[in-house]
Amino acid sequence: MSNKEKRTYSNEHEAFLKTIKSRKRRVAIIRIGLLVALFGMWELSAELGWIDPFIMSSPSRIVNTIGSLYSSGELFMHIGVTLWETIAGFFLGTVIGIAAAIGLWWSPLVAKTLDPYLVVLNSLPKIALGPVIIIWVGAGEGAIITMALLISVIVTVMSMLNGFLEISDEKIMLMRTFGATRLQILRMVILPASVPTMISTLKINVGMTWVGVIVGEYLVSKAGLGYLIVYGGQVFKLDLVMASILILAVVAALMYLAVSYAEKKYSRK
Amino acid sequence: MEELVRVEHIYKNYHTVKGETQVVRDLSLSVCDGEFLSIIGPSGCGKTTVLSLIAGLIETSGGKILLDQKEVKGYSESVAYMLQRDYLFEWRTIEENIMLGLQVRKKCTKERRQKALGLLEKYGLGDFAKYYPQQLSGGMRQKVALIRTLAVDPELLLLDEPFSSLDYQTRLALSDEIAQIIRTEKKTAVLVTHDIAEAISMSDRVLMLSPRPTAVKTQVKIEFDDMDASPIHKRQDAKFRSYFDFLWKELAVHVE
Repeated sequence: MSNKEKRTYSNEHEAFLKTIKSRKRRVAIIRIGLLVALFGMWELSAELGWIDPFIMSSPSRIVNTIGSLYSSGELFMHIGVTLWETIAGFFLGTVIGIAAAIGLWWSPLVAKTLDPYLVVLNSLPKIALGPVIIIWVGAGEGAIITMALLISVIVTVMSMLNGFLEISDEKIMLMRTFGATRLQILRMVILPASVPTMISTLKINVGMTWVGVIVGEYLVSKAGLGYLIVYGGQVFKLDLVMASILILAVVAALMYLAVSYAEKKYSRK
Repeated sequence: MEELVRVEHIYKNYHTVKGETQVVRDLSLSVCDGEFLSIIGPSGCGKTTVLSLIAGLIETSGGKILLDQKEVKGYSESVAYMLQRDYLFEWRTIEENIMLGLQVRKKCTKERRQKALGLLEKYGLGDFAKYYPQQLSGGMRQKVALIRTLAVDPELLLLDEPFSSLDYQTRLALSDEIAQIIRTEKKTAVLVTHDIAEAISMSDRVLMLSPRPTAVKTQVKIEFDDMDASPIHKRQDAKFRSYFDFLWKELAVHVE
């Protein structure tokens, strides 16, 4: 049946499908080629002495570094520490941010009053609060999570609140024609209608939280990928710096993919 | 016929920082039980405001509104309001959408649900219960919106230009069908429209409002030989023409 259907495609359509397919393949090949070429050139330049591997490192040295981190058991410990801090910061930032946005939606008076404060907090580089956080929370994991939380929470509040306020007044009017309470409007309209906003906020938050965690680790930590990067820099071990950045890139990308996957899964319903 | 709604000398002012606008001035009207009343008037005269006042969605600046001889302040459960557009929730199926009013009013009993689903079935949308609103045409969606309004079993149905978002053919077909549904379900209805023909063909009485600040300008009892005929048929009746001419002259539309 499906074969028969396939045959009913006109030649023109077949050609069209073929073009699309081959274009997709070409993009994929070039993508991988670019990566291989980049790392190949890097390795080759280091091998031939065009660049100083002590300063620039090289792919093989990075692999060796990761290997030795792995065999000493440190690799997953550092990844684990950073990942835990990121997930905790992400979770807290999202939950607190959404809760605050709901609070501001609930009371327009409070929202109006707090608006300039939010603007100031949003424009303030949260990194500047580093010393304050360290003194208040203590130099440890708590400070790192707090930093990550601070960086993501204000953006969450603002984008979620905007999302809430963009929901058409008529939908709320419809609820009012049935005599809905504010809680019912929140539960039955505002929250379900904000799912797309929520997902895009989550996506932004993943990136924000990573910034917060790495900055936090630069400031205080004794473990984690950010710690490895700073430590590597201080003792001039560029192999360690590059290796950590590479691992960080992979872990962060995986986390982003996980959120995207959740988005696809949800929006398909 | 018994009187269901009585509006006595109501006023409504809107306030903005720039000033105050009087929208309704000394308006009185009444609707009998089982009657279909249409309200027409020049655009921007405050038709929707009058409907919102009766629905208790906004407060009057003066005057009284009585429902079943009792004065209503604010919202009443015996009234249901149908808006210009369907505003079906795209994250709910049709079935879940029509239960909205019942859920809000915490009356989502099995019996009520069955009744609502029965309405869906009866008016040809039973097969679409599990569909999402995006999958339905504009006319079907508006019909779902009516069923959502009827599901709460109101005594009084308020319709605010329910066909204005539809194209002409759909409009005609749907007004036919909705008039039929409202007659079958024996509901009292107040329809706000800017369409004179729609008002004449659907209702028992047409009330015309004056420009802002609005009050009742004139009213006409609509009497066709066969009141149960469909709106489309009524449009072909000779009396239709004379009602139309009369209301058109009264409306005195000038395009400036």
